[in-house]
Amino acid sequence: MAKERTVEAIDLEQRREKILATQDPSRVSIKVCGGTGCLALASDEVAAAFETELKKQGVEGSVELKTTGCPGFCEQGPLVVIHPEGIFYTHVKPKDAAEIIAQTIVKKEVVDRLLFKDPKTGEKITYETDVPFYKQQTRILLKNSGIIDPRKIEDYIAVGGYKGLAKALFEMTPEQVIEEVKQSGLRGRGGAGFSTGKKWEFCRNAIGEAKYIICNADEGDPGAFQDRGLIEGNPHSILEGIIIGAYAIGAHQGFIYIRNEYPLAVELIRLAAEQAKENGLLGENILGSGFSFNVDIQLGAGAFVCGEETAMMASIEGRTGEPHARPPYPAQSGLWGMPTNINNVKTWAWVPHIINNGASWFGQMGTDKSKGTTIFSIVGKIQNTGLAEVPMGISLRHLVEDIGGGVTDGKKLKAVQTGGPSGGCIPESLWHLPVDYDSLAEAGTIMGSGGIIVMDESTCMVDIARYFLNFSKFESCGKCTACREGVERMYEILDYITRGYGREGDIELLEELGNAVKAGSLCGLGQTAPNPVLSTIRYFRSEYEAHIRDKTCPAGVCRELITFYIIPEKCPGCGLCLRNCSEKAISGEKGEPYVIDESKCIACGLCREVCNFDAVVVR
Amino acid sequence: MGVEMGYIDDVIDKYGKEQRGLIPSLLEIQNEYHYLPVEALQRVSERMSIPKIQIYQVASFYKAFSLKPRGKYIITVCLGTACHVRGGQMLIDQVGRLLDIKPGENTKDMQFTLEAVNCLGCCALGPVMVLDGKYFGSMAASKVEKVLDKFMEREVTANG
Repeated sequence: MAKERTVEAIDLEQRREKILATQDPSRVSIKVCGGTGCLALASDEVAAAFETELKKQGVEGSVELKTTGCPGFCEQGPLVVIHPEGIFYTHVKPKDAAEIIAQTIVKKEVVDRLLFKDPKTGEKITYETDVPFYKQQTRILLKNSGIIDPRKIEDYIAVGGYKGLAKALFEMTPEQVIEEVKQSGLRGRGGAGFSTGKKWEFCRNAIGEAKYIICNADEGDPGAFQDRGLIEGNPHSILEGIIIGAYAIGAHQGFIYIRNEYPLAVELIRLAAEQAKENGLLGENILGSGFSFNVDIQLGAGAFVCGEETAMMASIEGRTGEPHARPPYPAQSGLWGMPTNINNVKTWAWVPHIINNGASWFGQMGTDKSKGTTIFSIVGKIQNTGLAEVPMGISLRHLVEDIGGGVTDGKKLKAVQTGGPSGGCIPESLWHLPVDYDSLAEAGTIMGSGGIIVMDESTCMVDIARYFLNFSKFESCGKCTACREGVERMYEILDYITRGYGREGDIELLEELGNAVKAGSLCGLGQTAPNPVLSTIRYFRSEYEAHIRDKTCPAGVCRELITFYIIPEKCPGCGLCLRNCSEKAISGEKGEPYVIDESKCIACGLCREVCNFDAVVVR
Repeated sequence: MGVEMGYIDDVIDKYGKEQRGLIPSLLEIQNEYHYLPVEALQRVSERMSIPKIQIYQVASFYKAFSLKPRGKYIITVCLGTACHVRGGQMLIDQVGRLLDIKPGENTKDMQFTLEAVNCLGCCALGPVMVLDGKYFGSMAASKVEKVLDKFMEREVTANG
């Protein structure tokens, strides 16, 4: 039975109207991206320059300056968008602020040199919505990232924030909330893809004095940063989802477990929780509904394995983050032995949308078994690196070539890697595959948290396998022998192969060990750690064979198998390589082709990096 | 740097004496001193009534903690996958060569500590290096010397 609306829910609507009344949509607004990506390119200095220039040119009264979270197109940062038109400027430097204000704000003219140039057509694009990278996305979770100021709860309320929470609290019973989420078909966005509604139901029905919920923001997969992007762009949307989930499950205490390595995201989620509390959206008697819920922010301490739910709970309790066997599942016996529900950041962020728009709206997007959209971080050897939100089930090729804009420097694409250290590499021949939980599993990898790392012909697949095993070896908690020792041995074999000491039979040994590690490990880390090796053997066996039999690295990566060489015809003798060589391995006269002394060369690759004439090559 | 017992007590009061306050307390102490001094851990053990062996277990398990003193400035080079395929290893090797240290070590004058991290989440801008909290995106091994020189120059000017 639907509940009656109370005064407090209307209060939220009144507050929203009040906020909207103070906002003028036609007002000129300069939005500078302040996400970690753009900050790394000094966007804070850009924002400061705008502030100074606005005053200097006497227009500070009529123009709003806003620092937003990450809209996703990190490659082009620092990003600046001028609203209401949505003029999109890329690679903005502090010194550009004066020109943007004088031209675009005052004279209403576009600064041509700062526009985005489509690498495919060579055309310049003026408006943000016309940029192919954005145009081909279905942005729901990311819709408000880049528009609202993540430090202001008013901004979130103005775009309809906490509407879902009010609806759940005042118009739905907890069971109805769970039913809606179950019907929607939402699957956990952390990678495993379990039905979120079912998970909630288990926890709601479990018996315990107290129940806890956890938001897993311990985004440890290297190459994935969508959780960080989402928290930095729109922290309240995650908080709203968590509070709705707590109401549905019957929890009064929650934890957001977030990586210590994400200082800005930590700051913003903390601030969001404080603001929500001040506004009666968190804490005692939320919006006067009688429902109370608190959330603590818990920092991770740099242990990848804590992304696994049982390890995470041990860490919250203040112990070492070692996983334990399941069952009992967290829903039966979790934090301090109480029923506990854990979901990923993106899963929580979906909840308000599903409550607001209904299960069937959500079900229209995606495929039969994998519904909705998901956010991918597209990184590596690709033009348009950044965050892209697309419906589940689009093809890898569309994601990489159309949205990602293809590979950089005209090199040949080789593979994409998904699922972090638990995933595998997919060769170009399989890029017609739809990106969803089940198709990727069939291809020998996993969806994981949505990191897509693109590799081209200059990436060595044996080196990549070695890299991931080094990661898993470092991050293994050491509890299970198969993982602790097996991964170490696999790493050693790979390390030998990359150094030219590979032997016949190594590939078979790796396969055998890999399967043993999978079978003998308790948690996801060990069960999936061999995936990068097994998938690269499956699809790129010839590269392994080249390392083992011919002692060569076809991609020119493995240092001990390559030598650097200067092509005399291409070398004008500028001397740049010589000045950068720490080993004094390069000699020659200015104006004449230089020569590398192989006996001194440590193959650091600096000469190739600095050469402006592509004269340094690998043999 | 000597350990201020009053400070340690304040940290423990902030997070409570329950076991779940241990990791947040250690993180804060680590932030203050850049490592976990043994005197501080002894104090934590006494005040929280947690055996020293358990504290050592936690402090040695989590990678954020260091039991050895670290340099004044921390240089972190990201070796996440995206940074790795874009030359992160070359970057960290170059920093190591210039400062004559390996990852995890301090320079002799205790000015710098070099660390590798498995992902900072700025994957779109790889390879990434963080120097004293400031992020440097789209780095290259050939740019390291200039960045370090500039930093030293600024620090020297700032410290008179």
